[in-house]
Amino acid sequence: MNILVCISNVPDTTTKVKFIDEFKKLDTSGIQWVINPWDELSLTRALELKDDPSKGIQKVTVAHVGLAGSEPTIRKALAIGADDAIRVNAEPADGIFVAAQLAEVLKKEAYDIILCGIESSDYNGSMVGGMLAEFLDVPSVSSVSGINIENGGIDLTREIDGGKEVIVTGVPVVAIVQKGIAKEPRIAAMRGIMMARTKPIRVFEPSGSRPMTELLNYEKPKPRAACKYIDPENPKQLVELLQNEAKVI
Amino acid sequence: MSVLVFVENWDGRFKKLSFELVSYASKVAEMLGSGITAVSLGTVEDAELSKLAAYGASKVISAENDHFAFLDNQNYTSAIADVAIKENAKVVILSNNNMGKAIAPRIAVRLKAGLGAGVSRLPLSIDPFVVYKKVFSGNAFANLSIKSEVKVLTLAQNSFEIIEKPVPVVIEKLRVEAAENKTVVKDTQKQSGKILLTDAEIVVSGGRGMKSPDNWAPLVELAGILGAATACSRPVSDEGWRGHEEHTGQTGKIIAPNLYFAIGISGATQHLAGVSGSKYIVAINTDKDAPIFEAAQYGIVGDALKVLPKLVEAFREVKGK
Repeated sequence: MNILVCISNVPDTTTKVKFIDEFKKLDTSGIQWVINPWDELSLTRALELKDDPSKGIQKVTVAHVGLAGSEPTIRKALAIGADDAIRVNAEPADGIFVAAQLAEVLKKEAYDIILCGIESSDYNGSMVGGMLAEFLDVPSVSSVSGINIENGGIDLTREIDGGKEVIVTGVPVVAIVQKGIAKEPRIAAMRGIMMARTKPIRVFEPSGSRPMTELLNYEKPKPRAACKYIDPENPKQLVELLQNEAKVI
Repeated sequence: MSVLVFVENWDGRFKKLSFELVSYASKVAEMLGSGITAVSLGTVEDAELSKLAAYGASKVISAENDHFAFLDNQNYTSAIADVAIKENAKVVILSNNNMGKAIAPRIAVRLKAGLGAGVSRLPLSIDPFVVYKKVFSGNAFANLSIKSEVKVLTLAQNSFEIIEKPVPVVIEKLRVEAAENKTVVKDTQKQSGKILLTDAEIVVSGGRGMKSPDNWAPLVELAGILGAATACSRPVSDEGWRGHEEHTGQTGKIIAPNLYFAIGISGATQHLAGVSGSKYIVAINTDKDAPIFEAAQYGIVGDALKVLPKLVEAFREVKGK
């Protein structure tokens, strides 16, 4: 079986985002770009499955929609251990555009398990995985916190309100994964970094699909009122404020 | 033309989130000058279905098939998309919870619609159709224009008030066809009796400042007094002090309660990304420079383990428990 891990290129999650052009554009100066955290966990789990010969995984490929500027992030995924990479050479305009581009590639080459992170930490859309599955007309399972392969069958753990479910499904399947899928993201070793330089990144030109949304402008959150400090010896004051000022208890 | 709202049920019942969603859909329908139809999948009694009329749903379609007892994304998508086409829906609204995230993207593709995910306000305008949503995990917001003829929206949880608007209701029962589920649930584990973190109006959360898993009793007690859910920061769940289902933060659960207690939590960007939607934050931390105090409205500088018992006492007095 082959696994495809879809990766998104996002600002490091500790970035204090700033905007330019009257809040129409993200100020990319000084931003460190990283693999979206959930995609990184997906890749880690895919490689764990490949490391275990009993699971029967031949190859782990990463796929990304983005211009050449995001290749360092793809190389990072290769350094962590992916075997090869696909890049669709287009600006990732919106979720449906990205999903359509990935779907075009996947009509040309088949994968058994397709992993997507539950959201990207930049646009928080939670949509590419589900849209990709719909374009391909294959099953999808969302909120996946565990994936295992037993006797060629695929077991997915799905988080539900107040618990979890174990789901069995065939291939191909799109699993949309969240926390729990792997414990810690795998880090590239020096050997991996050296090997990544020669691993292939195959570049596909985009198909004709169009985005359906346009981001008009950004707003920064309104600054919160300054914190009111309460004497630790007098917690009753907090109770009063929550009752009479905030009116939340 | 209509607005279609998908209302999930939990063992045949609706909850606060369902009524928020219908209230939101009613307001969008008012803006469009159109009707509103609610669709429910699976078995729900008429008495429960008619509750949706209190928030403006004048038509409720209850689509039934035994396969709907379990979520299969393809079957749910087909059922909702078919109703959307039949009702000539121009806007389809779901919650941005686990269910909405699972099926809204598929429905959008099926209807050739743009998706506004996690919107937290009414549309700014109808033509162009502009929605407001969180980006960069709460570090910014964006106005997004949806250009397709049909639009799909998911509403961020706890971002819209329930608005009562009683209307007469027509309930339409629909026995629909569905293929066998291709994703089959073979086992379910559920904790009962606990307040769900994503539903809770008050959340009491502990971080590394709690020092040891053995110190959690007063925190749990405080949550009990307030009818609150318990949560924790990432290091606490990574250490296994508390289960990972309690982890709130960017990679854990994103919550938006009315009141959030951050006890012994310093407030790293990633933690704030999960809780910045809270209406009020109370922070307790020994370090007066901890970033959590920038996000909080009320702060106590002090040792969580010393402050907690006093808080328990003070809240018990007013809550009488």
